[in-house]
Amino acid sequence: MSCCVPTQVYQPMPSGGQDGYPSRDEVLFASTNAGDGLIQTHIFIPGIHCGGCLSAIEKAMGALPCVKQARVNLSAKRLVLHWTRQDVDPGAVFGALAGLGYQAHLDNGSAARKDDTLGRLLLSLGVAGFAAANVMLLSVSIWSGAEGPTRDMFHWISALIAIPAVGYAGQPFFRPALRALKAGHLTMDVPISLAVILALGMSVYETSNHGENAYFDASITLLFFLLIGRVLDHVMRERARGAVASLGRMAPSGATVIAQDGSRDWVPLESVVPGMVLFVAPGQYLPVDGIVVSGDGEIDCAIATGESDPVAAKPGIAFPAGALAVGAPVILRATRPARQSFLAEMVSMLEAAESAKPRFRRISDRAAAIYAPTVHLAALLTFIGWVSVTGDWHHAIYTAIAVLIITCPCALGLAVPIVQVVAAGRLARQGILLSDGSALEKMAQVDKVLFDKTGTLTTGNPALRQAERHNPKVLRLAGSLAMASRHPYSRALVTACEDLSLVVDPESWDNLREEPGKGVEAERDGSRYRLGKASWALKDRMEDGQDSVVFSRDGCALDLYYFDETIRDGAVETVAWLRGQGFAPEVMSGDSAAKVAHVADTLGIAQVQAGMSPADKIARIQSLQSNGYHVLMVGDGINDAPALNAADASIAPSTASDVGRRASGFVFLSNSLDAVRMAITISRQARSLIYQNFGLAVVYNLIAVPVAVAGYATPLVAAIAMSGSSCLVIANALRLNLPSARRKIPQKFAAVTQRQGAHPTIQTVGEVG
Amino acid sequence: MSILVILIPAALVLGLIGLLAFLWSLKSGQYTDLDGDAWRALNEEPDEEKTRR
Repeated sequence: MSCCVPTQVYQPMPSGGQDGYPSRDEVLFASTNAGDGLIQTHIFIPGIHCGGCLSAIEKAMGALPCVKQARVNLSAKRLVLHWTRQDVDPGAVFGALAGLGYQAHLDNGSAARKDDTLGRLLLSLGVAGFAAANVMLLSVSIWSGAEGPTRDMFHWISALIAIPAVGYAGQPFFRPALRALKAGHLTMDVPISLAVILALGMSVYETSNHGENAYFDASITLLFFLLIGRVLDHVMRERARGAVASLGRMAPSGATVIAQDGSRDWVPLESVVPGMVLFVAPGQYLPVDGIVVSGDGEIDCAIATGESDPVAAKPGIAFPAGALAVGAPVILRATRPARQSFLAEMVSMLEAAESAKPRFRRISDRAAAIYAPTVHLAALLTFIGWVSVTGDWHHAIYTAIAVLIITCPCALGLAVPIVQVVAAGRLARQGILLSDGSALEKMAQVDKVLFDKTGTLTTGNPALRQAERHNPKVLRLAGSLAMASRHPYSRALVTACEDLSLVVDPESWDNLREEPGKGVEAERDGSRYRLGKASWALKDRMEDGQDSVVFSRDGCALDLYYFDETIRDGAVETVAWLRGQGFAPEVMSGDSAAKVAHVADTLGIAQVQAGMSPADKIARIQSLQSNGYHVLMVGDGINDAPALNAADASIAPSTASDVGRRASGFVFLSNSLDAVRMAITISRQARSLIYQNFGLAVVYNLIAVPVAVAGYATPLVAAIAMSGSSCLVIANALRLNLPSARRKIPQKFAAVTQRQGAHPTIQTVGEVG
Repeated sequence: MSILVILIPAALVLGLIGLLAFLWSLKSGQYTDLDGDAWRALNEEPDEEKTRR
């Protein structure tokens, strides 16, 4: 596959403007001031993959008169535009991007929140690196035999470099350590800070007394190594957050209000008040809860409530925010402001679930809770031991500090972040994004899997039932007619024709037109053909069938087409694998019992619960958790979001609702549910590597601590031991990338997902079914 | 040993130059888009005025 074929990760969801692009007001609202009379606008383009994309986009933007400056950031998959307030022309920019085949959407202010932490950490790393290199240079001279005044001078120069460097570069550890001590618990930062500061203090004392051994190099290299771990940890978390943010918002950030005089204005979501009349274009999500005033189309609540059947948008029917308008525009009267909408209710339920959940303690914190007291106790015992044996206070303090230095969790500080960075990289190559640093650890302990149905086990696209049993000639005609419509059933018909290699030809019709909310009709050879609802297509039948459309000629039925929900790619294999691993998967859906049972039977899932409200889902998860299970929730809808948050671990497809994606620890871009298995397997491999690294650190300490307690831990020994153990855990973590670790995932599966992972594509129903 | 008077400051100055170069590169945004810059190095067309920041 060529790198530069832009692929769509999810369905295009225009918001705001009438032409499907963000409106001018919306762009101005999301822009920031850049000085010189220019404003700066950030646009996410998830489809950027390589330098070709980059130069194509910059060239196209350079050709637009309204754009003053354009620069693409490939790492962030983001385009930064500079333009003047008067010249803002979203149509031109988004049109040009669409012309190149890129889907783009406005970044609503997440870029404005500038994050300095990484810069600060890198700066500290640079300072520590500079100091470590120079101090080490001097230390090597001392170990090589510098003596007397020369050694003293080298020590003083080392002190001159190390003290300010530690004072500056150590702050990322000192501050959290202080906070932890104030709060009364021990984190890894406490022994680190203590060792570094004590080592420095002792070295200064030794130097002023013309001593032989100073640990300036140990304290600064320690900081350097630990800062590497800190930077990696931070980069991974930032990247994870950015990756999920770049999938873009599906929920609109504003609404098109129709005023009394009929004029239309875009207003930000917060300004929508009950009673306002809103225009919702087909393909857009309802911005707030409302009652339909008029409209011919249908409303699809799948992403909001999990009901898979679209409902006709008849005047007087109320719909929740987040439901999708299909087929035709809908005029809506807002009944509640945005902060009280269904969506907002779900968010507050999600937060309640969060606070009810037992706090997850990261693996490194749990290790610190054992490690820190042990180390401090060892140092204390060393001190008491030497004092009672020799009575030499100076030597006792010196040895105790040497114990602190040599046991300092240099390897531990690297052991966890390195493994997690490598694991996150492997997941990213499979098209699975982490949205939370601790998600890997949570995923590894999962022993129960719950699935949502609509949009998770199934895709949003329906499929024609028993396509091969229909008369192919009639099906071809119906497919040709269906080409004119964007309705999901029409698209399913066209796809079915393509699967059966029937050539569809919309050109053969006369007066082809779509009747919104009813169907498609056209004329040919003097007859009128209709494809759509039974009550509309037939003369003598008034009742509409469920999940079906009628194809008729002059009011007489030619054929009747039924549609099923499409099972997501890889769902069968994933459920079988989960059962094989003893996970006993369950389905929890907000849809009707019959529909859920049908899907569950197809997949072989025995435990089924239908008609679940968001609160029911949380209750189910919490009852499982109180029985000692660690629950993985797989879901996508707005109604799943509280459950995704309540579960121990969670994963959502990239097509999920905004709030659903934000609530879950993982998001998978590929269409296949196999991502669930990938995520579990890789998380478990990562966990066992982390444990191995802890094991290595323990072995290292078992050797090093007696040496230090005995008083043989000279600065040279400390330097070699610390660097050696750090290199060892890094090498061990990189094993996750070795072919042998990958081979543990069956090849057939891996091949499929790798293809999808590298360039995630929406697969058509045809490929699935 | 008098050579140390020259050598040690020389080593420190060289290290300091390295540190300052790193700080400068950090400040001028050279770490903001590592993937993009890897491709830009291969771009044969001269940087146009419009694409420059």
